Amino acid sequence: MSRIAVASGKGGTGKTTIAVNLARVMPGPVTVMDCDVEEPNVHLFLSPRDLQTEPVGIPVPKINTDLCTVCGECARFCEYNALGDMQTKIVVFNELCHGCGGCTRVCPEGAITEVDRVIGEVSRGKATDNITVITGRMNVGEALSPPVIRAAKAQAVEGTVIVDAPPGTACPFAAAVRGADLVVLVTEPTPFGVHDLGLAAETLAAMNLPFGVVINRSGEGDDTVEEVCHRHGAPLLARIPEDRAIAEAYSRGELLVDALPQYRDAFINLEQRIAEILNASGEES
Amino acid sequence: MKVLITAEGKDLDANVDPRFGRAAFFLVVDTDKGEVVEAVDNGAGRGAAQGAGVQAAQTAARLGVSALISGHCGPNAFSAMQAANIKIYTGATGTVRHALEQFHKGELTPADDADVRGHW
Ligand code: SF4
Ligand code: SF4
Repeated sequence: MSRIAVASGKGGTGKTTIAVNLARVMPGPVTVMDCDVEEPNVHLFLSPRDLQTEPVGIPVPKINTDLCTVCGECARFCEYNALGDMQTKIVVFNELCHGCGGCTRVCPEGAITEVDRVIGEVSRGKATDNITVITGRMNVGEALSPPVIRAAKAQAVEGTVIVDAPPGTACPFAAAVRGADLVVLVTEPTPFGVHDLGLAAETLAAMNLPFGVVINRSGEGDDTVEEVCHRHGAPLLARIPEDRAIAEAYSRGELLVDALPQYRDAFINLEQRIAEILNASGEES
Repeated sequence: MKVLITAEGKDLDANVDPRFGRAAFFLVVDTDKGEVVEAVDNGAGRGAAQGAGVQAAQTAARLGVSALISGHCGPNAFSAMQAANIKIYTGATGTVRHALEQFHKGELTPADDADVRGHW
């Protein structure tokens, strides 16, 4: 089944609006995966029920001081400075640890064991018969989102997958869009929006991921977005106009296609464009 | 005794660098003689993506100093230094020479908690 990621170079472009409304007009079963784990908000629009929740942890080192000779190998190895070699003992900084397991492997004394440290959770539930919602959520104060994103993506899915990716172009973005058959980049036609669209487009090109663009709050400046599309040979998939009614529906947590039926066709068209592109690439390969 | 003073340059006339983890230089100073014994370039700490304070604390422990004199100290560096029994004096200002005077006059009080949040 195909996997679509909805992403944007910066926050606040209406990425979630596109993802949830697209899910709503999909003809078959669909799984929406909220990988914007710092601030997941897909559930606010789709209201999944009967949630099943699992914790997400990363393995952090625990040092057995009876076996440790304070040789310092582990601290020298850790590129995240999560281990401090203080000469008489090793101090572990859990919140700096990325759970790579390297220190455990390099310790010549076998003094390190790994313990799970919970950094977030993944929940799943049904919004409708057709729509499953998977939500990755990072605990407040944590900084390491890729493990939570990977845990969300490792969940079993039904039908087409729509990933709501975190904004930006850094590791969390890459972790979320990796493996997508098509990335839908949502942008506003403002100078900042177009600048960040360009960065996201370059990141996707470097990752060899095909993408198309949706302009949200379309209007003046659309031509600058089209230019970016041209440069990357990426299709312009849809334009959603600037409309106060859309913002109001959003703030009430309502789905656009339900609250404002005049936009239903726009999303059905978007869904069809995406299906065409996916079919065409499926035939090629 | 040997103390570590964070500095923008390599000698007593250099200004105190108020940051610990991302300081330009670490000066090992003999407080009895009032001399710089060693100047260590902290390029690694300045460039560290994270954990600069932990790295700096490791350097302090390796250099065998009994105290740190700096402007501020973050939480990770603080607990690492505590593990190594290195005292922390914050609030040093002006040149390294001036900081030493502050230290001798007892104007610097040992910190008993981190005084800035991470990422200094
Ligand atoms: S590598 Fe093992 S023995 Fe060496 S300091 Fe680390 S925990 Fe201790
Ligand atoms: S698991 Fe990796 S990141 Fe964590 S302390 Fe060990 S080496 Fe560092």
